[in-house]
Amino acid sequence: MHREFMMGNEAMALGALTAGVNVVAGYPGTPSTEVLETVARRRPEGVYVEWSVNEKAALEVAAGAAYAGARALVTMKQVGLNVASDPLMSLSYIGVKGGMVVLVADDPGPISSQTEQDTRTFAAYAKLPILDPSSPSEAYAMMCEAFELSEELGCPVIVRPTTRVDHGYEDVLVAGPEEWAHHEAEGFVRDPSRWVIFPALSVRAHAAIERRDAALAGRLSGYARNTVTQTAGPDARPRLGVATHGISATYVAENLGEKDDVRVLRVATPYPFPEDLAADFLDGLDEVLCVEELDPVIERALVATCGRRGLTVKICGKLTGDIQPSGENTVESVGRALDAFLGRQTAVVPTPAPPTLPVRPPVLCAGCPHRASFYAVKRAMRGRKTLFCGDIGCYTLGNAKPLDMVDTCLCMGAGINIAQGVTHVEPDTTAFAFVGDSTFFASGITGVVNAFYNQANMTLVVLDNSTTAMTGHQPHPGTGRTMMGQVVEKVSIERVLRAIGLTVVETVDPLDLDAAVSAVRRVADEPGVKAIIFRSPCVVLAKPQSTSAVDAERCVGCQRCVRELGCPALVPDDATGKVRIDAAQCTGCTLCEQICPTHAISGGERL
Amino acid sequence: MSERRCTNVILAGVGGQGAVLASKLLARAAMERGLPVKTAETIGMAQRGGSVFSHVRLGEGAVSPLIGRGRADAIVAFEPAEAVRQLPFLRAGGVVVTSDVPVVPVSAATGGPAYDLSAIMSYLHEHVGEKNLAVVDAAAAEAELGTARALNVVLLGAAARAGALGPVTLDDLAAAVRATVSPRFLDLDLAALHRAKGTVTFARSCVQK
Ligand SMILES: Cc1ncc(C[n+]2csc(CCOP(=O)(O)OP(=O)(O)O)c2C)c(N)n1
Ligand code: SF4
Ligand code: SF4
Repeated sequence: MHREFMMGNEAMALGALTAGVNVVAGYPGTPSTEVLETVARRRPEGVYVEWSVNEKAALEVAAGAAYAGARALVTMKQVGLNVASDPLMSLSYIGVKGGMVVLVADDPGPISSQTEQDTRTFAAYAKLPILDPSSPSEAYAMMCEAFELSEELGCPVIVRPTTRVDHGYEDVLVAGPEEWAHHEAEGFVRDPSRWVIFPALSVRAHAAIERRDAALAGRLSGYARNTVTQTAGPDARPRLGVATHGISATYVAENLGEKDDVRVLRVATPYPFPEDLAADFLDGLDEVLCVEELDPVIERALVATCGRRGLTVKICGKLTGDIQPSGENTVESVGRALDAFLGRQTAVVPTPAPPTLPVRPPVLCAGCPHRASFYAVKRAMRGRKTLFCGDIGCYTLGNAKPLDMVDTCLCMGAGINIAQGVTHVEPDTTAFAFVGDSTFFASGITGVVNAFYNQANMTLVVLDNSTTAMTGHQPHPGTGRTMMGQVVEKVSIERVLRAIGLTVVETVDPLDLDAAVSAVRRVADEPGVKAIIFRSPCVVLAKPQSTSAVDAERCVGCQRCVRELGCPALVPDDATGKVRIDAAQCTGCTLCEQICPTHAISGGERL
Repeated sequence: MSERRCTNVILAGVGGQGAVLASKLLARAAMERGLPVKTAETIGMAQRGGSVFSHVRLGEGAVSPLIGRGRADAIVAFEPAEAVRQLPFLRAGGVVVTSDVPVVPVSAATGGPAYDLSAIMSYLHEHVGEKNLAVVDAAAAEAELGTARALNVVLLGAAARAGALGPVTLDDLAAAVRATVSPRFLDLDLAALHRAKGTVTFARSCVQK
């Protein structure tokens, strides 16, 4: 064993490797992405790893490997579990042979997600055991324990970190490669009565799951990570209790000291809920504050425990308005709640009101090809009644002013059929659906088939930057690279679209503005479902070498480039009104050169 | 309250300025001293030009990776508005080390709130206090080093000299730079650590050593 300073996601990857994981699959999504990337970087010979096309595929790959007796890990962010929920719900009934861990990263806040859903609730719904780590070190250890538990019970086990555990760094005591377990998979043993789901099997499986989880709840009361501690020592007889979990447990610890007389329950296995331990915790208490993030899972379980066991303990938390119902907990939000609960006084140091600060919503990078694509469509459709359905990726940032080109955004791949739906109600609208290349492969293709089959009238715009940029530039089927380091045949977006039946499919470089605008005009007026593929690499990966510069003599200070493009490298001078280009940011994409009315900008070179 | 023996530092800036890298460097420097370290930082959407921060907790006694409001010993900001944004985290008597060159967001030119640099600087002077505020002349540092790329390291160096990093010294930072920075940038980063001396305006005597 040795110490390494690492982020929680790296610790969980090493935990899986320590447990002898054989197969790892996933789909990128903040805050989960680095787990699989770390496995890929540090895996020994014989460990297979892939970025799957989406979470459903990833979960199925892992399930197949676990059917064959391998230890398998699948990674995703919380909304990824929605995509993977169909196989997961059935897999809960079928079970696995090799240990299978489903790592789902939740994102309280949310900081980088569409929803604040709680995978602890999902686990209860899917009837699968779930582990909820409080720190990178604990997450490391829990991965090994999750594999053991999964293999013993014959069902997948969920490990659910949250952002601050995923992306928090600390010294973690980890095993070196020579200490990693080696797990030999037995192989798939044919047995239709076990691996083929039918109602008759499900009837039996459901009853068995209920029995298993009831027994497991009892056993988990003795799990060393479900703890009851007392701030004033083991002999104190506190009347007040705090129930918590995950990263919130660290905020509770930061805010409690020996002077407080409190009993603390930390729940590491929210499902099955360790009710016997909870009953011990509740014994002798008058009141409990549940400090949770996302859903009031522990709070509801404690209310139920009190009801079932006839205990008269008041349970406070989100349901009683004592803890914020949504959003991320912080050291001070938990501190305030504890002050109120314990009747403590803490001096509040007021900060005088600061001056108005600039707002910094995330923006497309300088030179991002998506900016050019949106601008071309905007320009081509000026004056027409349009609908611009967006989707999930860097290109969602096309919503920001001045582009302002995203009318809807729901979840990955949804924009295509939303555009279709709107045109059923407003047939006179020229509808566009923008989709990134990774999103196209993840969940766009079925949408196009649906639109084409059902005779929709819309333009699909594929923003092909040859990477999954938003989540940190992962490869996908269109890039021709895999996580095993192979160079493989690229899946061609054009050919996929033509195979579906689209006859108008034009590929254009969005940074060639005139060509892009005329392609949009041409294609938009064709009937049916037709497509434009804007192809230009993400500048973070392509590393352009040139920069553009403004000739101050020629710049008349109209600021058209700033007002229409909003490229962060274009900096207006407050005094003169003229525009300067920040050479540290500019990629020389030439877009501003092409719209400057006085041709004052030059020097760039299109990729 | 749990006993607070650790040093709490917040690094603040704009996506792309190298806050995450700086926090790794600082963590490494502390570990060279044998101190345990915990950090939390912004990774994800906000990295595209948004406000980013790193919380770095050096030494025994840290449980949570996040620092509470009013509990940071120092704020090291690569951009002055971001120093102000993080100011509620500073404890009474805490130190602020900031660059004086603003990064003006696109939103300021497209209808969002304007960037009022003088209001921001005078707020810092007034509420941090001259004694605890170090302003780094980032333009001069850039001119000296020939690039703005090493601004994050310049600020860390200034913070160490200001005694804002608790037990972590300039030598610890230099050791961390040697251990982690690629040969291509090594000279630049070492120069950045040491050369910014003349470009810091600071009333505290420790700066002069
Ligand atoms: C179901 C689901 N899985 C994963 C994510 C995380 N995620 C956000 S954007 C994105 C992909 C973006 O890639 P692409 O479509 O190529 O657009 P780009 O960012 O490159 O512009 C992913 C995987 C998500 N939001 N939803
Ligand atoms: S060429 Fe113009 S639009 Fe392109 S990155 Fe440089 S400043 Fe921005
Ligand atoms: S990372 Fe790439 S795709 Fe994303 S905004 Fe920057 S240039 Fe555009």
